[in-house]
Amino acid sequence: MHLAAAYDTLAFFGRDPWWLVLLKAVFCFAFLVLTVLIAIVWERKVVAWMQLRIGPNRHGPWGLLQSLADGVKLALKEDLVVKGADKAVYILAPIVAAIPAFMSFAVIPFGPAGNEVSIFGTRTPLQLTDLPIALLYILATASVGIYGIVLAGWSSGSTYPLLGGIRSSAQMISYEIAMGLSFAAVFIYSGSMSTSEIVASQQPTWFAVLLPVSFIVYIVAMVGETNRAPFDLPEAEGELVGGFNTEYSSLKFAMFMLAEYVNMVTVSAVASTLFLGGWRAPWPISTFWEGANHGWWPMLWIVLKIQLLLFFFIWLRGTLPRLRYDQFMKLGWKVLIPVSLVWLVMVSAVRALRNEGYDFTKVLLYVGAPLAAVLLVALIADVVRKKPEEPPAAAPPAAFDPMAGGYPVPPLPGQELPPVPRRRRRTPQLQDALNGADHSEGS
Amino acid sequence: MSTLLAAAGSLEPAARSYLSPTGQEIVFLLVGVLVLGAAVVSVTTRQLVHAALWLVVALGGLAVEFLLLTAEFVAWVQVLVYLGSVVVLVLFGLMLTRAPIGRSPDADSGNRPAALAVGAASAATLVTLVVDAFRSSWIDLSGPAGTTRLTGEFLFSHWVLPFEALSVLLLAALVGAIVLSRAKGDGTKPRPGNLRTVLTKTKER
Repeated sequence: MHLAAAYDTLAFFGRDPWWLVLLKAVFCFAFLVLTVLIAIVWERKVVAWMQLRIGPNRHGPWGLLQSLADGVKLALKEDLVVKGADKAVYILAPIVAAIPAFMSFAVIPFGPAGNEVSIFGTRTPLQLTDLPIALLYILATASVGIYGIVLAGWSSGSTYPLLGGIRSSAQMISYEIAMGLSFAAVFIYSGSMSTSEIVASQQPTWFAVLLPVSFIVYIVAMVGETNRAPFDLPEAEGELVGGFNTEYSSLKFAMFMLAEYVNMVTVSAVASTLFLGGWRAPWPISTFWEGANHGWWPMLWIVLKIQLLLFFFIWLRGTLPRLRYDQFMKLGWKVLIPVSLVWLVMVSAVRALRNEGYDFTKVLLYVGAPLAAVLLVALIADVVRKKPEEPPAAAPPAAFDPMAGGYPVPPLPGQELPPVPRRRRRTPQLQDALNGADHSEGS
Repeated sequence: MSTLLAAAGSLEPAARSYLSPTGQEIVFLLVGVLVLGAAVVSVTTRQLVHAALWLVVALGGLAVEFLLLTAEFVAWVQVLVYLGSVVVLVLFGLMLTRAPIGRSPDADSGNRPAALAVGAASAATLVTLVVDAFRSSWIDLSGPAGTTRLTGEFLFSHWVLPFEALSVLLLAALVGAIVLSRAKGDGTKPRPGNLRTVLTKTKER
């Protein structure tokens, strides 16, 4: 009872001495940077494995030091500032992209809030801090991170980065709505927006099982939010050269790289905190090992979960081709948001019924949730799947109208391009000398 | 938050005076000046995108003010909605239409005096209203004044009507935007990028 009250008021937090706060902050930073360094090698290795290549194998054993080499290489590159750039914003943009990426990690719990571990003799929770509105804080920092990309695209003073910036802002705004809606289901269910309490309320069952639709929506939205394949439209090489960071080099480019990967780690950590039980040991372990959820062990579980989600990101990248922009927007606005809204109404209805004391609602949820999840997966598959080829129109109009419908259009199958008028050659060429002068072709 | 409150010092009635402001009040005023400055620069600058960025500074400063008043929920919602969505949409709109780097000499309008008058009048009204409403009353920030629960209870028990009126206003704006953006006249114009419907139409023909 006392513990529950302490969770309610977050009494465990804000009591650390200053050096411990500093230590935890440095730990969060170091953890993120180290995970990013490992994730980059990990990504290249896994993608290589999936594509039957070897991948990096020159720096260190199995190429493990590849990220360090990349970092040094980037740092030694020439730091270009484009002449037509808006200089202040151009320099500010990578910083704005990187800082919020680090910020949201402050509220991720690495262990139970019950002061279970002792660091240099001080008993403390394994979490930098917690807020009564930690989820809002996470969403807010994620939304500030958009500025980095948008401003980088704009301030470069170049077309392709601008297009990349526009794409990314549209993309992140759209997917943030779906993301916020999936968060809403979680905090309706847990009754709190603080991360430690959300993990505490996943005591018997993870929210990924109770709220599968929110989980799937969040997983899709987090890939969209981090600009990763298959949603990496802002940096689509084939269409936009390199996207918003085309004009950046050296450490500024490294900052964008860092921000992207830190964002990946952060959204993975948020996903495991909200839906995968946070620091809790996975199911079969917790049944026979009582100590798995106490002391320092929880840290192992959350790091494992984060790494698995990172692997999931890489797997997606190795598997799925990039979506077209309209498909992507269709998925966001016409599938994810309506499905989340309906699901949210359902969750709140179930929640309200349970608050009134009806118990059959549990059955309803267990039956309704998988159904809804299947429905969602079917909808997504319907959007993504290749449409059956349309049979060619039976009788294409014989005459080719180059401005059909008011737009310049290419010929349809079966239509002939009109002969291109050619200029008469000024001087008889070698070919003419051999064939005899024949200028009938052009005239 | 607790450190901030500790920095604020005593909030006893005897200690409340305009002449001996607490640290928190000083920070509040400084941030207020910053917000005002950023807002003024935002409407006077000739660089369109910079104007939007100064708006970010002003709105972010407001969030800091909310934090200083211990209203965490409102502060982060301010960041999420205004910084994270509204100004990003403004930037998005700017970049879709025109976002030149550097000054845009044509970023001027004949409505300048009218805008100034309206702005000054609404500012005067608001300042008079707030000063008159609160006079010299002090808010005790040590209690749970800004928690989510209290905010929600106030919003949905005392201020439901304004809240709902605001959402109706937003809905009206949304509908208006859609009506304005729809192309007038010919409905035969094919939607770009939707080849499939065009093809089926041709087939039907």
